[in-house]
Amino acid sequence: MSQPELRELYQELILEHSKKPRNFHVLEHANHMAEGFNPLCGDRLKLYLQIKDGAIQDIGFQGSGCAISKASASMMTTYMKGKKISEAKELFGEFHKMLSGEHGTFDPAKLGKLSVFSGVSEFPVRVKCATLAWHTLKAGLEENGKTVCTE
Amino acid sequence: MNGHKRGAVLENRKRAQKTFDVEKYRKDFPILTQKVYGKPLIYLDNAATTQKPKAVINVLTQYYSAENANIHRGIHYLSQKATDAYDDARVSIQHFLNASDAREIIFVRGATEGINLVAQSYGRTVVKEGDEVLITAMEHHSNIVPWQILCQERGAKLKVAPINDDGEIIIGEYEKLLNKKTKFVAITHISNALGTINPVRKMIQMAHDRGIAVLVDGAQSAPHIPVDVRELGCDFFVFSGHKLFGPTGIGVVYGKAELLEKMPPYQGGGDMISSVTFEKTTYNKLPFKFEAGTPHIAGVIGLGAAVDYLSKIGLEKIAAYEKELLDDATETLSKIPGLRIIGTAHEKASIVSFVLADIHAHDIGTILDQEGVAIRAGHHCAMPLMDRFQVPATARASFSFYNTKEEIDRLAAAILKVLEVFS
Repeated sequence: MSQPELRELYQELILEHSKKPRNFHVLEHANHMAEGFNPLCGDRLKLYLQIKDGAIQDIGFQGSGCAISKASASMMTTYMKGKKISEAKELFGEFHKMLSGEHGTFDPAKLGKLSVFSGVSEFPVRVKCATLAWHTLKAGLEENGKTVCTE
Repeated sequence: MNGHKRGAVLENRKRAQKTFDVEKYRKDFPILTQKVYGKPLIYLDNAATTQKPKAVINVLTQYYSAENANIHRGIHYLSQKATDAYDDARVSIQHFLNASDAREIIFVRGATEGINLVAQSYGRTVVKEGDEVLITAMEHHSNIVPWQILCQERGAKLKVAPINDDGEIIIGEYEKLLNKKTKFVAITHISNALGTINPVRKMIQMAHDRGIAVLVDGAQSAPHIPVDVRELGCDFFVFSGHKLFGPTGIGVVYGKAELLEKMPPYQGGGDMISSVTFEKTTYNKLPFKFEAGTPHIAGVIGLGAAVDYLSKIGLEKIAAYEKELLDDATETLSKIPGLRIIGTAHEKASIVSFVLADIHAHDIGTILDQEGVAIRAGHHCAMPLMDRFQVPATARASFSFYNTKEEIDRLAAAILKVLEVFS
């Protein structure tokens, strides 16, 4: 097994978001909510969504987790504000493709800065950390109030 | 540290390691010579599972290449040979625990299955509606959930003896919780997440004074400190083979013969019977009553070899050396800025759980791994304990007698690297 690059995983942008997560708060006017839980490492995440006219008007999250899961949730929320549900789901698909290591099949242009997480695919045990927020978002959009588990 | 002082420290270390020839024992473990990402493997996840000495690996190879047969059906040569090896292992383990009789040693898959056996067989006969089962706040999930299942089924209550901020049992509170409704006590000997060594002898005595039977979870103690079940006085003692340098999938329940005799079987099947008709089955005598089906014969023989190997080195010697490792690790790691050790009991085994500034244990684990250092990061199957200390997870370095003080220095250097990444 060759050594994956640590700095591919802990990139500046990821570290910065993990230290100062954006939208890290409860959303008082949320009308959709979902919880994510990773029983293996104990990461927990609550995602709040305000959905109106088929689009995400506002989004916030709370929880505890590693740098990767926190940064992933933070960056995801900044991307999701104002997105149509259909666009959000498309992004979920792209993000998922990127982390499952199928390079070439995902569209870096669509993901923009979110491509910073592509290095996580080199660390299989950490993929769950990066996808926790995204699975929680999907649950919040599709099945309001459900707890998802990345196991 | 000035050069002179540093030299003196190194000299002391060499002297300490001289009394315990760790380099000699390291040669018994082929896996330890391995490199991870081009760096020497530093295996500090011994509380999760231990590595296997050649003595164990060889006996498994020997069994499968020259002795494999089913046991207790001794019509042919190989079956007799396998049966003898299986029975000899039971006697080795009897002596290892200083049990009075080999019939008191029951083979199961591991400590978890052992606790389930006691809960389902003994627990169901003594725990009734309104009764209580007492555990402690530092139990592994395997010594919580089987009792929860039992209590739910019986309409009984699970009570939890609290611990202090050092991770020690509050003995006065424990004693107060023992009452007329308490029908069973299940306690860990050594906490897998904190390293605390519980005063189990005293706790057992307190329970026995009130006529309550006690199970001791020895998963973390049997591989690291001498265990004498008669001296402890426990009614049941369980441990896992794989944490004791033996194979996975094998473990032991020690139970006092007079209790085991009265207990109903845990599982039904072959080997646990004397005679069967469609109307009635007469159960086999101890220990076979609790060993339904073809057992993990190779596992038992491998565990026997592990126990013989450990006994040859001597648990007293191992415990003394591991205490040196613990003291060294505690001192070295305490100097790292932002590092806080969780579990600071006075009586402690060689487990160091820690948190580092606000860096998550998983991030620590990944960066340490890149340096060839294997530790555990997470809740250590003790989620209620993490809640007690209000941490989501900890990083845990757990040492064994094949670890060295140089490895502790490498661990410390790797932790500094974590701080560098997150600076």
